[in-house]
Amino acid sequence: MADLSLRQLDKKYGSFHAVKGLDLHVEDGEFVALVGPSGCGKSTTLRMIAGLEEISSGDILIGDRVVNDLAPRQRNISMVFQSYALYPHMTVRENMGFTLKIAGRPEAEIETAVADAARALEIEPLLDRRPAQLSGGQRQRVAMGRAIVRNPDVFLFDEPLSNLDAKLRGQMRTEIKRLHARLGSTVVYVTHDQIEAMTLADRIVIMRDGLIEQAGSPDEVFNRPATRFVAGFIGSPPMNMAEGVIQDGLIRFGDGETLPLPAQFRDAVTAGQRVTLGLRPDDIYPVGHGLHAGEAVETRPLEVALTEPLGNETLLFVRFGGVEWTSRMLNPRDLRRGETVDFQIDLSRVHLFDGESGRSLRTA
Amino acid sequence: MKPWRLPPHLLLLLPAVLILAAIVVIPLGLSLWSSFTPFRLTRPDTMYDFIGLRNYARLLGDAQFWSAFGRTVLLLTVALNLEMVLGLGLALLIERASRGQRILRTIMMFPMMFSPVLVGFQFKFMFNDNVGLVNNALQSLGLTDRAIPWLIDQNLAFISIMVAEIWSSTAVFAIFILAGLMAMPRDPLEAARVDGCTPWQTFRYVTWPFLMPFAFIAMTIRSLDVARAYDIIKIMTDGGPARRTEVLWTLISRTAYSDARMGMANAMAYIAILLSIAFTLIFFRQLSKARSQIAAEW
Repeated sequence: MADLSLRQLDKKYGSFHAVKGLDLHVEDGEFVALVGPSGCGKSTTLRMIAGLEEISSGDILIGDRVVNDLAPRQRNISMVFQSYALYPHMTVRENMGFTLKIAGRPEAEIETAVADAARALEIEPLLDRRPAQLSGGQRQRVAMGRAIVRNPDVFLFDEPLSNLDAKLRGQMRTEIKRLHARLGSTVVYVTHDQIEAMTLADRIVIMRDGLIEQAGSPDEVFNRPATRFVAGFIGSPPMNMAEGVIQDGLIRFGDGETLPLPAQFRDAVTAGQRVTLGLRPDDIYPVGHGLHAGEAVETRPLEVALTEPLGNETLLFVRFGGVEWTSRMLNPRDLRRGETVDFQIDLSRVHLFDGESGRSLRTA
Repeated sequence: MKPWRLPPHLLLLLPAVLILAAIVVIPLGLSLWSSFTPFRLTRPDTMYDFIGLRNYARLLGDAQFWSAFGRTVLLLTVALNLEMVLGLGLALLIERASRGQRILRTIMMFPMMFSPVLVGFQFKFMFNDNVGLVNNALQSLGLTDRAIPWLIDQNLAFISIMVAEIWSSTAVFAIFILAGLMAMPRDPLEAARVDGCTPWQTFRYVTWPFLMPFAFIAMTIRSLDVARAYDIIKIMTDGGPARRTEVLWTLISRTAYSDARMGMANAMAYIAILLSIAFTLIFFRQLSKARSQIAAEW
């Protein structure tokens, strides 16, 4: 095990600047998830750590060792690929033991290491099969087994669950979490699925256009998003966003509708400033169906445009401030399309972002 | 009384059956029959003299036949292996080319576009001991002052023929292996690098097992090709001098047409075909083994 540092990591493909001076430190044993939309540079970053992609400038350190110019095999890392990348002509046993065989370890040691990993992943009955005879979930386990056997300094995961169906994905997510708890290894996990990142990671790094937008614990990035982008990316259903202007202690939206400026932002804005207001679906709800007991609550009668019942909750879609808002109704009651209901908006949980830079206006 | 009629499905099959019989079954049967007779083209009535296995028995003790047979097997093994190695090298190089790959592929296939007879003439000229390019070049470079008898010395002539054969057909291997390389999934290669493989180990343990079926397809095709090698050799040495480069089919055609001993020639031909079948079987076995190894879905 070791810690991992990226210092001013840079990657250019010709004129395309894929990763722009990334700084990141991953503690020994920490589980860090890199998330972002496709093309944000997260996979490139991972591949640079693995040594599969050359770095244009900057440094990568594993432990105290600068590994910039080392071949992948000299870095003592393991990687789980999106496509699993198993060797089709080898059995599961050979796949898992391959790295040790190449390293020239004795047969007995390989046998034990493979058996241990197979037991941990519950794939012992599969050891003599070939990858083509396995289901997607089983291949996934074998790919993880292959990574474990090596006992690497750092585990790298490149969207390992995106080829699985939803149910299996949930199952494997738990599996990975359990494995990490048991091995206590350093992990860098790339995904575009923010739920995976939230559930698995100690720390989430949200990337966009080759830059880090925010790095923080799941709680931080969810409750205190640093930018409008992070706010929109993390959370499902996504945060409601509406453009407005600060005027006379109010936020005035495009359609003339207003909301009072929440107390926590009173000193952070100036009159006439353009802002984006963000509000999670949990923080706008029909009276009596909310998650929190709101502290500073505004009540508005709004017309329900659409409902999506999910059983334990119902998503309601309403128009307010010129845009459509999603509202989460807990303990749902029967609501019809077109009905007008009193909705509560929890101002204490409002996020406000600068209209130009998109940065959060929260001061404390 | 109702006239008897052929059932319609047989009636519909009849034209195909007749054509096949005329162009395949009857000639095949006739040639097999003639291999059991002392049939000579000059004496058609010998066609009806059944002598049983005497032709075959005589062939068993015929040193000339077996030396041609052995030379054919040698040509098969050496040429196929060299072609595979060279084709593999070519394919790996071309796959590496980041631009101009199409052009390179086309250029690589040029030798296949020439008739083997022309290839024979071309190499006959190049290896000519007096006016040939090879000796000319060797002498100009000061490597030798002798006129090396490329097409006359037994071993040199065999090598010259092999060079011509390899030049004209290495592309077959290159094309199949290149197709394999292009169809190959990239991820296992990267996994191998992470798993600790050197480039050579990656090739040995990951790339090559994947390419093997493609190489075996080329092997199968080329083994049939080389086993019936005739035209290049006919032109370059005509099996000579003094039968030093005789292979099965030059011997067979000489026996059949120059000596007019068609019965004997047919007996030889059937043995030659057994050889081809044996090689094809071997390669097909290997192919299906290699295919199931990489779990190919074709």
